[in-house]
Amino acid sequence: MIREPVLNALILAALLLVPLGALAMDEPFLITLATKVAIFALAGVGLNIALGLGGMVSFGHAAFFGLGGYATGVLASHALNYEPLMTAPFLIEGTTQMLVHWPVALLLSGLAALAIGALSLRTSGIFFIMITLAFAQMIFYFAISWPAYGGEDGLSIYVRSEFPGLNTLDPIQFFAIAFALLALALGFSSLLARSRFGLALQGARQNEARLRATGIGPYRIRLVAFVISGMITGLAGALFADLNRFVSPAMMSWQTSGEIIVFVILGGVGRLFGPVAGAGLYILLEHNLGGLTEYWKLPFGFLLLAVVLFARGGLIGLLSGEKRDG
Amino acid sequence: MAEPVLSIQGLRKSFGALTATDDVSLDLRRGEIHALIGPNGAGKSTLIKQIVGELRQDAGEIRLQGEEISALPAEARARKGLARSFQVSSLAPEYTVLQNVVLAVTGAQGRAFGFFRPALSDASLTGPARRALARVGLGAREGVRAADLSHGERRSLEVAMALALEPAAFLLDEPMAGMGPEGSARLTELLSGLRSEAPILLVEHDMDAVFALADRITVLVYGAVIATGSVAEIRAHPEVRRAYLGEEE
Repeated sequence: MIREPVLNALILAALLLVPLGALAMDEPFLITLATKVAIFALAGVGLNIALGLGGMVSFGHAAFFGLGGYATGVLASHALNYEPLMTAPFLIEGTTQMLVHWPVALLLSGLAALAIGALSLRTSGIFFIMITLAFAQMIFYFAISWPAYGGEDGLSIYVRSEFPGLNTLDPIQFFAIAFALLALALGFSSLLARSRFGLALQGARQNEARLRATGIGPYRIRLVAFVISGMITGLAGALFADLNRFVSPAMMSWQTSGEIIVFVILGGVGRLFGPVAGAGLYILLEHNLGGLTEYWKLPFGFLLLAVVLFARGGLIGLLSGEKRDG
Repeated sequence: MAEPVLSIQGLRKSFGALTATDDVSLDLRRGEIHALIGPNGAGKSTLIKQIVGELRQDAGEIRLQGEEISALPAEARARKGLARSFQVSSLAPEYTVLQNVVLAVTGAQGRAFGFFRPALSDASLTGPARRALARVGLGAREGVRAADLSHGERRSLEVAMALALEPAAFLLDEPMAGMGPEGSARLTELLSGLRSEAPILLVEHDMDAVFALADRITVLVYGAVIATGSVAEIRAHPEVRRAYLGEEE
């Protein structure tokens, strides 16, 4: 057994060293893979706040991932076509600046999470799962049927968005951005879990009646957590759009929601670095098993089954034992 | 006599044809321990659930310090100063003893929206929490997960969490149930001193504890109050003896 903080440091070091090694060996594709891990992990860190800390099984986080993606895609496409988003009542122009895309992505996904959460959190259990799925599907079909931004075909971003002082087209520099945001999100998530708010949120998961008896209403706590969770996943979506230089409704599909859940479960629900370990393992398997057979999801399915049945703490739980609080 | 801290007037609750609470009125005065007794199925738990806000009454009103609270959700009543312990221990099982009480202090302060500062290194939370733990004798067990506590320790933790709320009134639902004699004695002593801080509405099956502690006793049978009075009055009450204490004497 490895102590969890040590294991976390090792995971973070691996995620940092692989692309640096790839840079030295001139393997840009590996850097892109590592970037993908960092972005998926960021999406998972978002979901883990709702799912791991709050016990809210959201099957609709792809909506936030996709909204973040479209925030980048729409703003960039307007900038590249020199068409303002709107002229009346005031002028809003497109931009290729990440520093503008990110706040817009955070705002959009946050507002969507507020609306979806406010309604969905009146239910629980299987109903919550189905309602979050239903909302995500609504947004998915909306994106498909809106021709202005490519509809079903999606929207290409011809030039990756810019970050002041960096050349984002250089894979290692773009990786650095994704990695930095992931590290920030992990730091925030770690603070959140131990804060008053985190204490109440995890209390709501463990015993709702007890939380009420101490004078804390679980609904507001969960709603705020759901919004924070959606925003972080939305930010990951904005990065994902830039990674692929393409957004499409597929980002919002229920399969994407499922994949984000899989990252969290594979790595360890409620474990700080669970989503990082899970996303890493997922990409590793997709890349290696996927190289052997296009039916790689079949053996992958058995692995997932084994994790759910025999290793409830996921990869982190397997390597560092049961969760310790405090 | 000053206004009662908790006052219940004409409370009614039916489940279909069953009247679980039948026009119950009782009050809890400053400085007293008011015991609520009655045979199984008398409607004690249903009454408690209506007072704390888990169940909505069909008719009647509940006032805490003069304020009507019976339309408020449970968490709002707790914030107004109603602290309850659960009949079956209801804790956050994954949390340590200290975390459980810190959660209660967080609720009592009404500030659950702090996102950055670790709760367990916040002395304004851990200070009151540790004091509450010391009073129930769990001071040495603060690092143990609630799920790993013995039954008696869980009952004590329930009481500590109620203490940590620094409430206007305590509502303790069988706090001694299943406790060993030593724990019961300790808790009896604690509760006896507690009444000067806030009055206690005590539901308890342990008659020795009730007669030792209570200033007044209300007897509930089939959802209705059949008697309210001092310990001596209740002991002597013929209807109570028939309905509840048994007629073997």
